[in-house]
Amino acid sequence: MQAVLSGILGLLIVATVTISVLRRHWPRRDVTELAARVRSWWIMAAVFTVALVLNRAVSLVFFAFVSFLAFKEFLSVVPTRRADRRVLFWAYLAIPVQYLWIGYEWYGMFIVWIPVYAFLLLPLRMVLVGETRGFLRAAGVLHWGLMTTVFSISHVAFLLVLPGDGSGAALVLYLVVLTQLNDVAQYVWGRLFGKRRVVPSVSPNKTVAGFVGGVLSTLALAWVLGAVLTPLSPAHRLAAGLIIGVGGFVGDVVISAMKRDLEIKDSGSSIPGHGGVLDRLDSLTYTAPLFFHFVRYFYF
Amino acid sequence: MRASHLARFVFFQVVVRPLVLVVLGLNVRHRERLPRRGPAILAANHNSHLDTLVLMTLFPWRTLARVRPVAAADYFLSGRFRAWFSRRVIGIIPLDRSGRTERAHLFDEVSAALAARQIVIVFPEGSRGEPERLDRFRAGLFHLARANPEAELVPVFLHGLGKALPKGEALLVPFFCDVFVGKPIAAGEDRDDFLSRYQAAMAGLAAEGDFPPWE
Repeated sequence: MQAVLSGILGLLIVATVTISVLRRHWPRRDVTELAARVRSWWIMAAVFTVALVLNRAVSLVFFAFVSFLAFKEFLSVVPTRRADRRVLFWAYLAIPVQYLWIGYEWYGMFIVWIPVYAFLLLPLRMVLVGETRGFLRAAGVLHWGLMTTVFSISHVAFLLVLPGDGSGAALVLYLVVLTQLNDVAQYVWGRLFGKRRVVPSVSPNKTVAGFVGGVLSTLALAWVLGAVLTPLSPAHRLAAGLIIGVGGFVGDVVISAMKRDLEIKDSGSSIPGHGGVLDRLDSLTYTAPLFFHFVRYFYF
Repeated sequence: MRASHLARFVFFQVVVRPLVLVVLGLNVRHRERLPRRGPAILAANHNSHLDTLVLMTLFPWRTLARVRPVAAADYFLSGRFRAWFSRRVIGIIPLDRSGRTERAHLFDEVSAALAARQIVIVFPEGSRGEPERLDRFRAGLFHLARANPEAELVPVFLHGLGKALPKGEALLVPFFCDVFVGKPIAAGEDRDDFLSRYQAAMAGLAAEGDFPPWE
């Protein structure tokens, strides 16, 4: 794990040095956005590392807080009904409970709490409010928000306790590093060679070259890092790379479609250079549950 | 250190800042337009009790002692504890809404604060009203601005706080909230002209955001 963390540190140093070189030699080129993005990467990497290595309670509180921020951001950009104020409050309470199940390592409850209980109980609370206009839409939007920002993201946290011998942190690192570098790789390949667009009506920046280049880079990295961080066999490491490469792309364009629908560019503004929390977590909402169930089925 | 000063420190640094920055979360645009020092008047729309607290957290602790919200005397000075809390901990300037004070002396305490180079927060809509809807602004703002021409008048548009804690609700529901700071407005000589310029500035700030429907 130390080797991989050092690798991340090295990448960040290279990025920071590159920006200062760009600034010195091409002063007319505007790198403010890029610099802000890299500065935010430093902060996110530092906070994530501390949260991951300190102890399990801190890690769980950290992931619960990330879910809270993402869910709050979601509720702040989607249309909500005035009548549902108290319903939204109950939906927020589902977050600490979901992470409590993870603390107890109670898989059965973790996996049904939001898809079954929250799904059934929140509409009941809405019925008690009594407002039927826009009911279906409000219930659907609320559940979609909980599934992406809480249920999906909480799989990262369950990965932490899944092996039961303390090796979960390495699995989390594997998933998160691959997901984030897959984003970066798809972006870089797309910028360098991208021509044909994959889903022009949803996200004009996604190209075939970006997608293919990104997936291939992720496959290679998944194979290398998997040997250090996971018990996965070489074939399974490649499968994990494929799941994360393709899943990350899909998560990205699904959140893009949501933002298109809402006619917003970013989901928020809390992370300078990146946008909101959801803009950063979009690919993880797909890769986390997909990778989790893959390793759980074959290994734990 | 006086007890009220300690209470103020604890209230703002331990309760209000975490509440506003972590539970709610602010999206502040044009922060650089905020006055660094008084005399200045922040004129914002009013949807929630949180408005005052949010505007106060925009200032660093050292400036905070000089930030004074103007608040209704009939509500905030009723009851001994509430009066002590409003006056000493929040540091409000009470405003008499009953009509018993002569019009010419209505803003005496506010003008005194401005003369002492303080930053005054006012809500020209008068009361919190319907959440997340801009009400008619009252002419009092014009009289205050004209009587204190040396004070910079800064319009501030707030959104989302009426969703988080509307009038008549005690349960806080977290939402990210928007704070858009406008450019200073001069009082001028004509009341209606001033009010329409202020109204236009607020409408312009409101148009900067994409706010989802909340019905």
